Amino acid sequence: MAYSDKVVDHYNNPRNVGALDKADKTVGTGIVGAPECGDVMKLQIKVNDSGVIEDAKFKTFGCGSAIASSSLATEWLKGKNLDEAHEIQNTQIVEELNLPPVKIHCSVLAEDAIKTALNDYRSKNGIEEVEHEGHH
Amino acid sequence: MSLKFPIYMDYQATTPMDPRVLEAMTPYFTDTFGNAASRNHSYGWEAEKAVDKAREQIANVINADPREIIFTSGATESDNMALKGVAEMYKSKGNHIITSSIEHKAIIDSAKRLETWGFDVTYLDPPDDGVTSLQMVEDAIREDTILVSIMHANNEVGVINPIGEIGKFCHEKGILFHTDATQGFGKVPIDVNEMGIDLLSATAHKVYGPKGIGMLYVRRRKPRVRLSAIIDGGGHERGMRSGTLNVSGIVGFGKAAELCSEEMESETIRLTNLREKFRKTIFESLEEVYVNGHETNRLPGNINISFPYVEGESLIMGLSDVAVSSGSACTSASLEPSYVLKSMGKGDELAHSSIRYGFGRFSTEEEINYVAEKTAGIVKRLREMSPLYEMVKEGVDLSKVEWQSH
Repeated sequence: MAYSDKVVDHYNNPRNVGALDKADKTVGTGIVGAPECGDVMKLQIKVNDSGVIEDAKFKTFGCGSAIASSSLATEWLKGKNLDEAHEIQNTQIVEELNLPPVKIHCSVLAEDAIKTALNDYRSKNGIEEVEHEGHH
Repeated sequence: MSLKFPIYMDYQATTPMDPRVLEAMTPYFTDTFGNAASRNHSYGWEAEKAVDKAREQIANVINADPREIIFTSGATESDNMALKGVAEMYKSKGNHIITSSIEHKAIIDSAKRLETWGFDVTYLDPPDDGVTSLQMVEDAIREDTILVSIMHANNEVGVINPIGEIGKFCHEKGILFHTDATQGFGKVPIDVNEMGIDLLSATAHKVYGPKGIGMLYVRRRKPRVRLSAIIDGGGHERGMRSGTLNVSGIVGFGKAAELCSEEMESETIRLTNLREKFRKTIFESLEEVYVNGHETNRLPGNINISFPYVEGESLIMGLSDVAVSSGSACTSASLEPSYVLKSMGKGDELAHSSIRYGFGRFSTEEEINYVAEKTAGIVKRLREMSPLYEMVKEGVDLSKVEWQSH
């Protein structure tokens, strides 16, 4: 199974690897997946006073496609406000990275991580959390 | 000496053909091309002669009689024959078969099919060192057991089972003993008489021979083993396996076997040294790594290592100029992690984080050093990117975490 160039690029040059202070009120953290499934993604966002995501970081335990999906997610999150971030669909990630069918679940997990991080920020700042169907 | 990329380190999957094997095979394509069953002319006789020689070369490797070698299309077919052919032939004697849960699929799936035919199969679960002990077999034997099938060396973790002990025990009990020796044949000494082996599977492509040719050793004396053919036709191979013999393949297998006999001792020393050098480099460069399977009862040319907190497929992606295999789910089409590592009691996380390195006749020290160093570098980089590693460094006990899993 050959990887798409974009997946390889994200793997070799991952964007925004790192960590934000999860105790900080302006930071939302989403950890999804499980080691026994072979996929764990940690995605963090830092939201400024205008409600715009000014920074995003990720760490992922998973295959090349999982790493690329979460790396891409952090790229897309920067500059968006909470509502715009919520609109990010896994299908867009699949298209952008040319993920084959067997790797679609990596993009689903990334979308899940985004929504979990958004809700974490919301709950820390007195905003109503948004229901999402991430896991199956 | 310059390295040839990608570096091949998957010798348990298959091996390159030894040029000497190819040379031996070549005349049998266009010159000595006869059908070995053609009784009436020299084309046939020459082919038959070549086949007989190969039987002898192969029999020598395991101290068998040449007449006990039955040619097949490969070890998968041999395994099928051993299980289905014996079960069918001896079903009036009993209904129970014993094997292990870490056998190759050719054994496990054949056993599962036998279960649908009404046979009762016990799958022994080896402990975390991967070794199926005599005690485990003894505890599972019943009055109606007709066959025990335990592999000689495991293809994933390289562990070697005490088949001599198991074979002798089965002999005393009058139960037939089969071993799938695909990985160990020609690499580690096997003596079918000393070890009480009644049936043995092997294939050429694991020992620098061609793909598509294997054999089943079937004991002729003490006891005389019979089996029902699973392929019917012209009654070739003493009625046990019909079909025109793959003469060129057989000649190749014979030559490969002969080379094994000659070079086994020196190759074992060389490969063991390479493997130990590899292991040492990895263990000195990285913290918390584990070798899967027994420390010493193992094939010289195999080492299966788990790198916690790093997923196997992402590691292989970083080793893009090296050919290795992983026990990770992502790299198996079914998304299931290695059933071998799972059966050995390794958690799914470790199965997802393991790489099988296989060395062989053409592996060099330079390749070993390159791959060991590169592996260490990639593991370090991926651990920096790993949320699991981060949590462990913070003092979190991963086994206590409640994951938001799907």
